Amino acid sequence: MAKNKFEFESTYRLLESKLEELRDLSVKLNCDFSSEIANVEKRINQLKEERYKNLTPWEQVLLSRDLERPMTRDFIQTLLTEFIELHGDRLYGDDPAIVGGVGIFDGRAVTVLGHQKGKDTPDNIIHNFGMPRPEGYRKAYRLLMEAERFGRPVLTFINTPGADPGIGAEERGQAWAISQLLICLSKLKVPVVSVITGEGGSGGALALTVADRILMLNNAVFSVASPETCASILLRDAKRADEMAAALKLNAKSLKELEIIDEIIEEPAQDFLLDSADFVTSLRNSIKKHMDAVCSSDINELLEQRYKRLRKIGKIQE
Amino acid sequence: MFNKKKAYIDLSSVKKNQLTFDTREGNFSCPACSAWISETEKIQNNDFCPRCSHHFPITAWERIYSICDKNTFEEWDTNLSSLNPLDFPDYAEKLDIAKEETVLPEAIITGRGSIGGSKVVIGAMDARFMMGSMGSVVGEKICRAMEEAVQQSLPFIIFCCSGGARMQEGMLSLMQMAKTSAAVGRLNDAGLLYVSILTHPTTGGVTASFASLADIIIAEPGALIGFTGPRVIEQTTGQKLPAGFQRSEFLLKHGMIDIVQPRLEMRSLLIRLLNVHQGGNHG
Repeated sequence: MAKNKFEFESTYRLLESKLEELRDLSVKLNCDFSSEIANVEKRINQLKEERYKNLTPWEQVLLSRDLERPMTRDFIQTLLTEFIELHGDRLYGDDPAIVGGVGIFDGRAVTVLGHQKGKDTPDNIIHNFGMPRPEGYRKAYRLLMEAERFGRPVLTFINTPGADPGIGAEERGQAWAISQLLICLSKLKVPVVSVITGEGGSGGALALTVADRILMLNNAVFSVASPETCASILLRDAKRADEMAAALKLNAKSLKELEIIDEIIEEPAQDFLLDSADFVTSLRNSIKKHMDAVCSSDINELLEQRYKRLRKIGKIQE
Repeated sequence: MFNKKKAYIDLSSVKKNQLTFDTREGNFSCPACSAWISETEKIQNNDFCPRCSHHFPITAWERIYSICDKNTFEEWDTNLSSLNPLDFPDYAEKLDIAKEETVLPEAIITGRGSIGGSKVVIGAMDARFMMGSMGSVVGEKICRAMEEAVQQSLPFIIFCCSGGARMQEGMLSLMQMAKTSAAVGRLNDAGLLYVSILTHPTTGGVTASFASLADIIIAEPGALIGFTGPRVIEQTTGQKLPAGFQRSEFLLKHGMIDIVQPRLEMRSLLIRLLNVHQGGNHG
């Protein structure tokens, strides 16, 4: 039986385990229940689909952080061919929390960047839980400059709890490194498409999300600060993170309404997203559609649009 | 098991940052050296501690008056005020309180003034207004001021002090980081001088965007400047922070800023910088 990771999965996980028992029994007792089993299975899948369509923002936060969710390397492996990873910032080190390189997407050479979390605790220690250090931003900066020089469009995958909250990161200019990426991406003379795949945490996520087009998986989130941080600062109670998750309007649906993202990519109720061929096709097609559109625009026009796109964000009273 | 020590978070640095008032005397203790100072002494001493010259916080208007030539400042975009775009709980009330207490429409003042006879576009943030946090209006006023500086071909100077992005406006606030950074790009393309002055405290999204993107970065002595706040670093890493961590002098030592300049000498430094950037008066 698959383990019950989230509370919202309990109903159909229970049904699934009971169905499994029935399957075992039917073999043991040599009775054919196959049509009944198929019916119940269908019904369970329906329930699952319905539940996944109606997740609360907090449930989406939990799901976006799931270690079994595909990470940047999984997306790269599925969507790109000829991927060659490139390392190092040429100044201090190589940050495993940001993966970068070149590859072919849909017949087009691209530069790829993305946050990389680990699959389990030891792996997460290597990848610093997907929290970039200044070296990561500097590596990204270097690869962006290279992309511009060779006229390669850029594809980024976003999945990070945020920037590394350590002493060393501050000493080595975390804030400056992030600000350099923000200005660099706002002026970069090649098209940029971003896909928010998991947890979009604060400045560390934003540093790779200044783009001509931003796509977002249905259960990914993108937030100014984690709901726990907001709850502990504003409500003085980190346990009320679920309330803050709703108030922050951090899911794809809300961010589409706020005109921060361009398109939502629906997720099937699948244990590992990339196992679903339909999902992979729809993700590939969406990226392709937006990549084609931005790559066919005149670059000066695109830069003007990129500026206007950022410029209009915000709600004010005049 | 009885010997097991519980690791409590060290709050000494937090306490130090708060002014402790002795209500009977109307005196307070300096957050840096703990000397007892009266309000009159503080005013007489130009908002410095008479014992250790600690810089006490001052308002955005005081900043502007302290650097501009007399009666030259003209305020822009006074009519912009914040909405509650996410219907965030308690935000509207907090805005009302901040407006009432500061008599400011938002956490930043922008406009044009003269410094030693040179016209400049100036922005000054005010920490009393919701910790100088950056929401839609702060981002918008900075961008408009930078764009106007490009239009008028003037240098841009900003006094930063901020707790970071304003949580109550969610992603709209976070995106102001990208928006203001893009506007700095326009200043750069136009070849205009951009000076940012970091004052206590400048943290979070403001440090990681326009504040760090200036041609010249100046800091007031002893200001807290960083991305992640010291309490969060202590809590998440469990490490004790080195002495002077994230203070102006620490940043200077680590190569993050150009100059640490006392407040009283800020105007003269700016006049000299503007003069050099105008090419001097050769031939």
